[in-house]
Amino acid sequence: MNFDYTEEQIALQDTLRRFYARDYGFEHRRAMSKSADGFDRAAWATFADFGILALPFPEDFGGLNGNAVDTMLVMEMLGRGLALEPYLSSVVLCGGLIRDAGSAAQKEALLPAIAGGELMFAFAHNEAGSRYALDHVATRATPAGGGWTLDGAKAVVLAAPSAGKFIVSAREGLGLSLFLVDAGAPGLSLRSYPTQDGARAGDLRLDGVQVAADALIGGACGALPLIERAVDYANAALCAEAVGIMAALNEVTLEYLKTRKQFGTPIGKFQALQHRMADMVIATEQARSMATLAAVRADSTDAAERSRSVAAAKAYVLQSARLVGQQAVQLHGGMGVTDELNVGHYFKRLTMIGLTFGDVDYHLGRFSDTLLAA
Amino acid sequence: MDLNFTPEEQAFRAEVCAFLREQLPPEIARKVHDGKRLAKDDFVRWQKILHAKGWGASSWPVAHGGTGWSAVQQHIFDEECADAGAPMQLPFGLKMVAPVIMAFGNPAQQARFLPRIVDGTDWWCQGYSEPGSGSDLASLKTRAVRDGDHYVINGQKTWNTLGQYADWIFCLVRTSTEGRQQEGISFLLIDMKTPGITVRPIIMMDGEHEINEVWFEDVRVPIENRVGEENKGWTYAKFLLGHERTGIAGVGRSKRELKKLKTIACRESSAGRPLIEDPRFRDRIAQVEMELMALEITNLRVISAEGEKKRAPGPEASILKIKGSEIQQILTELQMQALGHYALPYLHESLDPDWSGDAAMPAYEGDAGPLSGHYFNVRKTTIYGGSNEIQKNIISQMILGL
Ligand SMILES: Cc1cc2nc3c(=O)[nH]c(=O)nc-3n(C[C@H](O)[C@H](O)[C@H](O)COP(=O)(O)OP(=O)(O)OC[C@H]3O[C@@H](n4cnc5c(N)ncnc54)[C@H](O)[C@@H]3O)c2cc1C
Ligand SMILES: Cc1cc2nc3c(=O)[nH]c(=O)nc-3n(C[C@H](O)[C@H](O)[C@H](O)COP(=O)(O)OP(=O)(O)OC[C@H]3O[C@@H](n4cnc5c(N)ncnc54)[C@H](O)[C@@H]3O)c2cc1C
Repeated sequence: MNFDYTEEQIALQDTLRRFYARDYGFEHRRAMSKSADGFDRAAWATFADFGILALPFPEDFGGLNGNAVDTMLVMEMLGRGLALEPYLSSVVLCGGLIRDAGSAAQKEALLPAIAGGELMFAFAHNEAGSRYALDHVATRATPAGGGWTLDGAKAVVLAAPSAGKFIVSAREGLGLSLFLVDAGAPGLSLRSYPTQDGARAGDLRLDGVQVAADALIGGACGALPLIERAVDYANAALCAEAVGIMAALNEVTLEYLKTRKQFGTPIGKFQALQHRMADMVIATEQARSMATLAAVRADSTDAAERSRSVAAAKAYVLQSARLVGQQAVQLHGGMGVTDELNVGHYFKRLTMIGLTFGDVDYHLGRFSDTLLAA
Repeated sequence: MDLNFTPEEQAFRAEVCAFLREQLPPEIARKVHDGKRLAKDDFVRWQKILHAKGWGASSWPVAHGGTGWSAVQQHIFDEECADAGAPMQLPFGLKMVAPVIMAFGNPAQQARFLPRIVDGTDWWCQGYSEPGSGSDLASLKTRAVRDGDHYVINGQKTWNTLGQYADWIFCLVRTSTEGRQQEGISFLLIDMKTPGITVRPIIMMDGEHEINEVWFEDVRVPIENRVGEENKGWTYAKFLLGHERTGIAGVGRSKRELKKLKTIACRESSAGRPLIEDPRFRDRIAQVEMELMALEITNLRVISAEGEKKRAPGPEASILKIKGSEIQQILTELQMQALGHYALPYLHESLDPDWSGDAAMPAYEGDAGPLSGHYFNVRKTTIYGGSNEIQKNIISQMILGL
């Protein structure tokens, strides 16, 4: 058993920590969130230089061969930095799908472009009525002229406005398939909007969108296991992001307890608040353990073990995140509810993580259901 | 023991309902039900309608232009108003400054200010908190120095709810720095148009402008605008804190929001079935409904004890405040959670009254837009009005003698 990061991992962590401290302060982030793109393209280019856009890809395709623990480490730092950049969508989810299921030609064409930062991706899977169920897809793929025609609608596609390409899930007969679709494809329309956490997403319509045979990722009609794996991977990454945010919130809250004075004394002298802060730290440490478990198991080849661990981790991390987020706001008093302070923004991002790829009930249900099978 | 309302009270409820059916403007009720942003005029218009009926001040005695209703009648009135989608009657004039003016103001002040509160002419805001004085209110520093027949005010108040609309602000100011800090505070009524007052917006994390900073620079306030005696303001403020009981629990509004939560849970689907059929989510609704049932009865117990004058107002208000605020927070949290991934979009325009949906997002209902913002916004309820930690201190010290 070894819980230590390698020297390379520690170096990467330090690089990212320095980047956020020096080049991506809270006011910069606020400005980027209000910009047309909703994120920082220069930061994205820097990420390419750091190599983190290539992290989870095989060396043969310009990648660094990183595992899920490497991704966890990056996501934790992005959480701390309250990053707006669509790392999850482009690199973890779509990059991961292409890595795991793409043809050699697709990998050759796409992974280096993602790694270099030129091409961004979004995963168009959720639909209005699906809630979090991964197999609930109404978008249809109809064979046409050697390729397919896609018709349907996708809801809350994260990072949709910045995507040059989408990976779209669609149903053909009984099975699901995944397709590469250009953002400019005729018949595709996007209603984009900011999200509560200051990032961007959009609703997608596909009206008779034509795709060629080589747009198919993996085999036809067999995509559900691929989607499940990718979303487990994404949820493990979100757990790590949440842990990064909780750690940051604990730091600012602790600092506030030491400096804010009422009744002639730092409010951190009140035992009610000391115990609350202790609970927040306990919750964060426990969440960190679960996020670690999720990261290690996300790479497991045993799908049942993987999804069971990720479900437990996400449900547990979200419970911790709720406590830490709500109490960080509470302990800041009036300041906590303002737009001015970073606390509210961390809280909003944590809250949205709790509603992305499964909320606490969904994952608790998934984990709880495995008790029946055992 | 009898949990039923008397026939008279039931008849009263029917009268209130009939009035609301006839007089509450449907476009205002629509906004309230859909969680839209309310304009100043919505509040004022509703106050004027209530005033025309003679119901402008449900908690005031008849002598001052109120209804003279019992606490139970006020409770029924609040509940039916909330259910019908009436805008909340803001407490700052009606329930905060007015009782102080009635109890400690002179007849001239009563004649000057009270009628303009009940008829909706004057909008009041509360100027207690300062950047350095929140929970520890008595440490406030805004100075009032006598200069002839005026006080000259310098300092800063903050977190003033809807102060951007206010005609008047009631303030606690420091008139003495000697002795205990509680004994150097006075209660002043200040015209917001007085030169030297600057109001600056504070944007909350939901992006809305609901609170403000109010700065005072050599603001001259006539001595006649002081309520009661100099340096006795703390006593009046404390009188107020222990006085306002009905409505503090927000039972009526929470019942309305619970109904809305159920509607959303029936409408939203989870893997092809209505969300309400998911036992995990339904249990959450059941849990908050039980909390609310308990709070409703607790509220009525407190109210009836007070009505029968069995007990003076006591720290039970803290129980109502703590539970009421927590329930409000859980309800908004579940409303947001019910939306699933449609809780993520931040469509600021969805708060506008005429926004009823977007053709490009047919599944995104007109009332979905404000829900996540509401959840972020109501984090305030456990912070303001004496934070819940301070309320628990009150319970442990005043009720339990610790
Ligand atoms: C089953 C059992 C086995 C034990 N075995 C051993 C043993 O083998 N050897 C041995 O030496 N002792 C043993 N103990 C004793 C144990 O260590 C004490 O019970 C413990 O230290 C608490 O002391 P107390 O019972 O006097 O409670 P108190 O110290 O009087 O505490 C009463 C309550 O007040 C709380 N409290 C006290 N101080 C504070 C504070 N500053 N802030 C907030 N809350 C506070 C406590 O948490 C507790 O809830 C055992 C106790 C139990 C119940
Ligand atoms: C949306 C909103 C609207 C408001 N509207 C108004 C208004 O119209 N007029 C007005 O005058 N004020 C208003 N307030 C101010 C409100 O009353 C204060 O925010 C509140 O009293 C807390 O003060 P603070 O913000 O300075 O926090 P602090 O007092 O600094 O508290 C910070 C944290 O420490 C805790 N704490 C403080 N002391 C203790 C203690 N002794 N024991 C345990 N915990 C403690 C608090 O509970 C809180 O969690 C409003 C506030 C908000 C958020």
